[in-house]
Amino acid sequence: MCDQTFLVNVFGSCDKCFKQRALRPVFIRSQQLSYCSVCAALMAAEGLHENETLASLKSEAESLKSKLEEERAKLHDVELHQVAERVEALGQFVMKTRRTLKGHGNKVLCMDWCKDKRRIVSSSQDGKVIVWDSFTTNKEHAVTMPCTWVMACAYAPSGCAIACGGLDNKCSVYPLTFDKNENMAAKKKSVAMHTNYLSACSFTNSDMQILTASGDGTCALWDVESGQLLQSFHGHGADVLCLDLAPSETGNTFVSGGCDKKAMVWDMRSGQCIQSFETHESDINSVRYYPSGDAFASGSDDATCRLYDLRADREVAIYSKESIIFGASSVDFSLSGRLLFAGYNDYTINVWDVLKGSRVSILFGHENRVSTLRVSPDGTAFCSGSWDHTLRVWA
Amino acid sequence: MEKLREYWVPKVLGEMERVIVGMQDPDMGVKMRNQRLLITVIPHAMTGSDIVEWLIQKFSISEEESLHLGNLIVKHGYIYPLKDPQCLVLRADDSPYRFQTPYFWMSTKWPAAELDYAIYLAKKNIRKQGDLIEHEKDYYNQLHKKINHTWDFVVMQAREQLRAAKQRRKGDRIVIECQEQAYWLVNRPPPGVLNVMEQGPERGNCYTTRVQMTKNMDFYKREIEYCKKAMGRTRVKSSICLEAYLKFNDQYMPHDPIMSGCLPSNPWITDDTDYWSMNAPTVTTPTKLRVERWAFNFGELLGDPLGHIQFMEFLKKEFSAENLSFWEACEDLRYGEQSKIAESVDSVYQQFLAPGATRWVNIDSKTMEKTLEGIRRPHRYVMDDAQMHIYMLMKKDSYPRFLKSDMYKTLLAEAVIPPETKKRVFPFMRKQRHSSPSPALLLPSEQDPKGEDKNKALASAAGGGEG
Repeated sequence: MCDQTFLVNVFGSCDKCFKQRALRPVFIRSQQLSYCSVCAALMAAEGLHENETLASLKSEAESLKSKLEEERAKLHDVELHQVAERVEALGQFVMKTRRTLKGHGNKVLCMDWCKDKRRIVSSSQDGKVIVWDSFTTNKEHAVTMPCTWVMACAYAPSGCAIACGGLDNKCSVYPLTFDKNENMAAKKKSVAMHTNYLSACSFTNSDMQILTASGDGTCALWDVESGQLLQSFHGHGADVLCLDLAPSETGNTFVSGGCDKKAMVWDMRSGQCIQSFETHESDINSVRYYPSGDAFASGSDDATCRLYDLRADREVAIYSKESIIFGASSVDFSLSGRLLFAGYNDYTINVWDVLKGSRVSILFGHENRVSTLRVSPDGTAFCSGSWDHTLRVWA
Repeated sequence: MEKLREYWVPKVLGEMERVIVGMQDPDMGVKMRNQRLLITVIPHAMTGSDIVEWLIQKFSISEEESLHLGNLIVKHGYIYPLKDPQCLVLRADDSPYRFQTPYFWMSTKWPAAELDYAIYLAKKNIRKQGDLIEHEKDYYNQLHKKINHTWDFVVMQAREQLRAAKQRRKGDRIVIECQEQAYWLVNRPPPGVLNVMEQGPERGNCYTTRVQMTKNMDFYKREIEYCKKAMGRTRVKSSICLEAYLKFNDQYMPHDPIMSGCLPSNPWITDDTDYWSMNAPTVTTPTKLRVERWAFNFGELLGDPLGHIQFMEFLKKEFSAENLSFWEACEDLRYGEQSKIAESVDSVYQQFLAPGATRWVNIDSKTMEKTLEGIRRPHRYVMDDAQMHIYMLMKKDSYPRFLKSDMYKTLLAEAVIPPETKKRVFPFMRKQRHSSPSPALLLPSEQDPKGEDKNKALASAAGGGEG
C-alpha cells in the first residue's frame, strides 16, 4: 500500500490579502478559506474572536446580496428585446470617417467635445494635450504635461479651459489662451490630488467644479479655484476607471465603473452610494448615461456592453456577440439613445441597436485599439481616439 | 519598458484560445491538409481562405470582419504562416498556415524571458553565420551587453539546441523553426510593427498584488449596510421602465441627426455649417424641431438658451419671473466657487427671500423656515429645498401654461424648416471649411456674470465665420 497524498500544494490568490502565494486551508466557523502563511500567522496571533466576526460578516454580506438579487428579479416581468419587438428595425447603416486628426506622436487615450459642437481636446501617452477645431482639423492649442499616460481630459462648459491628468495622480486645469506671449503651462492650476493615477475627469455644470476618478479606488469632487476637496466617494474595491454625470437638471448624481466589476451610482451631495450593479465579468472601462437619465450603459473587458435601468434597479440588456472577444474600452449613445457606439480593443467600433439588442454595424479604420469615443454635443457625429495616434470623426 | 505582470494574462487570450480549440476540432474545425514547401511536405496545414470561411460560418459574420478577426489571431501568434513567415498577416487565399503549438501560446509562455530570446538569436546567428536582420542584430548586441555574464551559457544552449535539431526530420525542423520564429515575432516585434502585447498602465484588480485594498471588516460592514438599504428601495416593474425607452425613442428619433439626418445637412458630411448657424444658442428664428423639443419636458426648455429666454419673457408677462431668476441664482450657488459661497447665499437671501425683497419668491412656510435656519451656516446646498420647490412650481404650473400660450404657438408657427442642401453639381469639389472663433477668445468678465457674452461667442463659434 502506498501512501496516498491528501494534501495538495495550492498556489493562488489568498482569500484575505489577495496576494499570489502558496496557500493552506484555514477553517473559520466551519467554512474553509484559503490563506497564505502570512495571513494565517496574523490570524493566529489576533485570536479567534475577531476572525470569526470577519468570516461571519463575509457570509452575511453574501447571503444579503443573493436575497437582494431575488428581490430585484421579482419585478422583472419582461425583457427589453421583447418589448422592442414593436419597434421598427433599423435600415442599412452607413457611417464613414469624415475627419482624421493627425498630430499626436503617440497613443491617444482620451478626448472630449467642447459645447460649440466642433472643438475637441485630446490627450496621449507622451503627455501631449491638444485642442483642435476638428471641423477644419486645425490644432488650436497644445500643452505638454510633465507626466506620461494622460488618461483623462475634459473641456470646460464655457469652452475657456481644459482639465487633464494621468500618471501624475493629479488633475490640472489649463485656461485656454490665444496670447502668443503666454505659455499655457504657466497658468496651470493643480486641482485634484489622488494617491494613484487619474483615470477620468469631468467638469460639472460650471467651470468651477471638477469630478475625478482614480486608480486609488475613489472618486472626488473638487473646487477648481481653491483646489479644495468638496466631497469624496468611497466604496469601490479596486481602481475606478470611468465616470459620467447624470444629465438631469435637478439631479446631483453620477455613475462610476471600476476594476472591481462594479458600476456605482453616487449622490454628489452626501457622498453616499445610492445604487450598485455587479454583473460584468471583468473591469468596467466606460460608463455613459442614457439620454433620459433613467439608465446607463457600460463597456467592459469581458467584451460586452450592458444597459442598467436605474428605476428597475437591474441590468436590462447585454450587447455581445460571439465574434467579439476583445474588451470594449469606450461607449456613448446617439442623441435619441437608439444607438450605442462602442470602441473596442480589436481596433473596431461596433454600433448596437439599444432597444433590440442587435449589432447594427461594425466600423473599421483604426489600426490599433480604440481607447476613447464620444458623441458630439448635438449628436451630428462621434469622435474616436485610438492607440494608432489618430482621432477620427464619423458621421 | 512596461512592468511585466507575472500571473495575470489578458482575458482576451483565453477567448482567442477557445476559438483556436474550436478551429482544431476534428469534425467541425478548419479543413487541414498537407502542404508542400519546396520538396518538404508539412502536415496539418490549412489555407488562409479556409480560415476566413470557417470564421464566417462559425460566427455569421461578413468576410471583412472574418478577415479582421483572423488577422488578430495571427498577430497574437496563435496561427502562423508557412510562406513568408516574417509577416504575421492572414491572407484570404491559398497561402498555407498552421496552428501554433500550445507551448508557445501567449498564455503559457509570457512574459518572454530575455535569456530565451538571447538563445534564440544566438541560434539564428550561428545558423546564418552572423547575417541577422537589422533589428535582430541590434537586439542581439543589446542583449550581449545587458546579460553579458550569462553569455557563455547562452551560446552553449544555442549550440546544443541546434545540435538536437539536426537529429530531427527536415519537416519537423522546419515546423519547429516556424513556431519559434512566430513566437518571437509576437514578443519582439520588428520596428514599425504593432506590438499586440502592449498594455496600458497597470491596474489594481483582483489579480494584481499592487493595490492594498484588503477586504476587511469595514468593507463587509459597508456592503451589508448597502444591501439592507437596497432591499427596502422602491423598484419599478420592468415592463413600465422598458416602455419608457420606446416612448423616448419615438419622441427623439426625428431629432437624432445620425438616425434621421438633419436639415439643411449634416456639417460633417457636406462641410456646410448652416445647420450650426441655424441652431446657434441664440438665433432670431429657431427651427421647428427645436421649438417642438421644448414641449417634451421642462428640462428641454430650461436647457436650451433660447427656450430659457423665451420662458423668462413669458414669466415676466405672468409676473412670476422671479421664480426663474431665483432658480438660476441657486444654480450659480450650487456650481459656484467655494470661496464665494457665503457671499452667494447672502445675495440670494437679500434678493429673493428676505421680507420685503424686491424679487420675493413664494415658498411654503415649512421650507422657508428650514432654509432660513440653514442660511446661518451657509453651504452650497443650503437652497436645495427651496430651489426644488420653485422648480416644481414652474414645472407643474407655469410650464404647461407656457406650452398652451399664444407666445409659444406663435414661436412654433414662425419656426423654420430649413430646406435640404441641394446636392452639389461637382460633388468631388470639396467646399471650403471655414474656421470659427474659439469660445476661449471671449474670456469671462466682471460685467457679464451670467456669461451672456459667452453665449454669443458660442453662437458665433458654432455658426462658423462666413460659413
